Amino acid sequence: MQPLLKVENLVKNYAAGRSARSKDKLAALDGVSLSVLPKTATALVGESGSGKSTLAHCIACLEHPTSGSISFEGIDLAALDEDQLRLLRPQIQLVFQDPAGSHNPRWTALEIVSEPFFIQGRFTKPDRAVRALQLLDRVALSRKMASRRPSELSGGQKQRLAIARSLALEPKLIILDEALSALDCSVQAQISNLLLELQSSLGLTYLFITHDFRMAAHLADQIAVMHRGRIVESGPAENILRSPSHETTQALLGATSRLVESPGVLVHA
Amino acid sequence: MRYFLRRTLHAVFLLFGVSLLTFLFSALTPGNYFDEMRLNPQISQETVAALRAQYQLDRPLPVRYAHWLKAAVRGQLGFSFAYNSPVAPLLWVRARNTLLLTITATFLSWLLALPLGVWSASKFGRAPDRVLSSATAALLVIPDLALALGLLILAVRTGWFPTGGLVSLSFDELSAFQKIRDLALHMALPVTALVLATLPMLIRHVRASVAEVLDAPFLRAAQGHGIPHRKLLYSYALRAAANPLISLFGFSVGTLLSGSLLVEVVMSWPGLGPLLLESILARDLYVVIGSVLFSMIFLVGGNLFADLLLYWADPRIRAAASAK
Amino acid sequence: MNSGGEYLALVLGMTSLLEVKNLRVSYFARTGEVCPALSGVDFDLGCQEILGVLGESGSGKSTLAAALLGLLPFNGKIQQGSVLFEGRNLLRASPQGLQKIRGGRIGLVSQDPSSSLHPTLQVGQQVSDVLAAHEALDRRTLREKTSHILASVFPEDVERISRSYPHELSGGQRQRVLIAQAIACGPSLVVADEPTASLDPTTQQETLQLFRTLRQELGLAMILITHNPALLAGLADRVLILYAGRIAEIGPAAQVLYSPQHPYTAALLRCLPSHFAEAQNPRKARLHVIPGEPPDLSLGENGCPFEPRCAERMEVCKRDEPSAAAVSELHEVSCFKFTG
Repeated sequence: MQPLLKVENLVKNYAAGRSARSKDKLAALDGVSLSVLPKTATALVGESGSGKSTLAHCIACLEHPTSGSISFEGIDLAALDEDQLRLLRPQIQLVFQDPAGSHNPRWTALEIVSEPFFIQGRFTKPDRAVRALQLLDRVALSRKMASRRPSELSGGQKQRLAIARSLALEPKLIILDEALSALDCSVQAQISNLLLELQSSLGLTYLFITHDFRMAAHLADQIAVMHRGRIVESGPAENILRSPSHETTQALLGATSRLVESPGVLVHA
Repeated sequence: MRYFLRRTLHAVFLLFGVSLLTFLFSALTPGNYFDEMRLNPQISQETVAALRAQYQLDRPLPVRYAHWLKAAVRGQLGFSFAYNSPVAPLLWVRARNTLLLTITATFLSWLLALPLGVWSASKFGRAPDRVLSSATAALLVIPDLALALGLLILAVRTGWFPTGGLVSLSFDELSAFQKIRDLALHMALPVTALVLATLPMLIRHVRASVAEVLDAPFLRAAQGHGIPHRKLLYSYALRAAANPLISLFGFSVGTLLSGSLLVEVVMSWPGLGPLLLESILARDLYVVIGSVLFSMIFLVGGNLFADLLLYWADPRIRAAASAK
Repeated sequence: MNSGGEYLALVLGMTSLLEVKNLRVSYFARTGEVCPALSGVDFDLGCQEILGVLGESGSGKSTLAAALLGLLPFNGKIQQGSVLFEGRNLLRASPQGLQKIRGGRIGLVSQDPSSSLHPTLQVGQQVSDVLAAHEALDRRTLREKTSHILASVFPEDVERISRSYPHELSGGQRQRVLIAQAIACGPSLVVADEPTASLDPTTQQETLQLFRTLRQELGLAMILITHNPALLAGLADRVLILYAGRIAEIGPAAQVLYSPQHPYTAALLRCLPSHFAEAQNPRKARLHVIPGEPPDLSLGENGCPFEPRCAERMEVCKRDEPSAAAVSELHEVSCFKFTG
């Protein structure tokens, strides 16, 4: 099966020195290669500064890599011009961590969800409203919420809204950048269920960026562990969890293992 | 260091450009100093022509500008037709008088604006704040001219203050203490007019900047550590709100020479303002250019000063500047 | 080093460091709406004890932290109750008295390290300021003490960090600065509001370890407020579950976290995805969720606040609010299942 997304030897440097001409470069991504199969979920796990957000931004075409290639459905993204890229963008969507900051505070939920239609110039006005309401239904946001502003919604509801908006243009790949981190536990569970359900009904592919190994383990088929701009270990989720080989993976697993697993079961002291 | 040099170079270019534009506009306005003389039948055309040639008014514009620029760089700003003397010394004296007024007024304005603004912000929305806001709004609405005239009327009616001029006629005969007192009395009203004109805007800016910061999480965290109230307001809040205020201060410095024209003219203060006005009306070209240039030096210098202050005060700007 | 907690334990014997009785706090909106954020919270805290307060958004946990220190926003009012700390009622303290206690006797570690530090002051200065606010010290002593305090939270590089500005430090480092500020004057109690929310797991563990060490070395009592149950396991002595401004359950950490009695606590802990496939929540399966949403407190409805979402609700739950009942020594639950 051809991978939906293929990243090869991606390098992204930022100038770290005192002037633009300085030789000091900060390698945010230092030769990253990744393959994501369609209709699967991949998790990128790593600590702050490991480069996972940079990778997400490059894939979503928000940043240009210094070298290396990203191909989506076999098409090299770097070879596309602005217009072609604009046609492709709807297929790759991004959901961010901060539910409050993701939405224009002056718009209602319905307007927020309809925004992609405006930007891409699709559908007639009445059609947009209908489709927007359908999207809200899909993420289990009641219609009462349609006329509310983000400040009147809870954290979980805002994230549902962000997910609804990302579904507007029927994407193939959704990148979730720490999308669950800021939510309460019970809300994380709700959103997690929603994401799984959407994946099976719409055939979506997910790329999760997270530092929460538990959630990654729960939601993803493949896990890739990042450290200092490189992928140090990757493979099926089961394998990584049972026998982590790289020390970063072990450290991350160790840090999250001293947790409450479930009532009545004490895994580590 | 590089930041400073870049900014200074930028400032020099700006001054250069301004001098050129001023020269151009002044020289291109119809008429010159000698036009009035030409209308006078008692002065022969040859005399007028000779005078014009003497002052090089018949040479082409670029030549005149180049000539002027050469001299200006050496500190000689041309010759005043009206006063029949070199421009530079004339300007210095007047500028000094203006600065005397404006430095005092600016100092007092800021001295008052900071505590009043901070206090107002700390009582945001409550009665004392509303009273002060209404007062500043009222003052803002009253035109500077009306303020100056009002004070002048006060002087005339009560006789407590002199009604114009720098010093009394008998200045030279006074003792040192009396001299200071005399000067102070003469300065009192113009300074008051200037302070009343600029204070409301300053207070509002300070209030707005500080009020915004008072809601910030770090202030509440500091309060949670038991930092005393006064320190919270000044060392923490005001300091965090400083950036826009520093820019504003740079602007205050920048308008030291140019902001007091109206008050000087109305209150007969022998500063740069009245000189500039006269010279424009009389087409005294080089005085006009010189005055404008002087003012511009202050304006540009003021901005440069503000930039440097910002660089010194805010570590985040230092970091961003060195990253470029 | 000041070990305030130990000293107090000696002086006060076994009496509590902090006694909160029937605390009621409401927020008043301009529209006239009243939102009761805390409705009768009662708990004690012993010296050197770590109490975990577990609550989700809207439970009132941040309000609790603010109310203890008198830092409620303008529209928040404490309507009833008492907070006895070291024998004094904090709610009746004068502003000057409160100012001395904040930072001096009770340290506060605020939420979100990236916005809780002054952006243009060096962090060393910010720690010194806390010291200077409570102790009259000369410059040299102040500097030495500041170094000492920073050294207790930063294993190395103290000088450089002391002269750094917040934006030059990482999230974990900023968190440590906040902790340094909280312990600077040797308080007997530290209130930490979501201290690890924005940190990655390794840094989280380091921070929690730091809390353990500090408790040991300084004899601190702590109130650790969080929405993540995982943080409290292995750190807290007792856990308090907050729901809709009321205490649902309170008891020893092992009991509350591993055999929860209140339906809300049990449901909450069931929501967590498991680490390994063999436990209750297999991979990629639906997680247990708590149906519904937290209640809108401004509506002021009767009955148990959790009743609409409770799987074990009974008739009486709609009418009355349950009071606390002891299920074992030190373990109390507010649920009609136990009060009969």
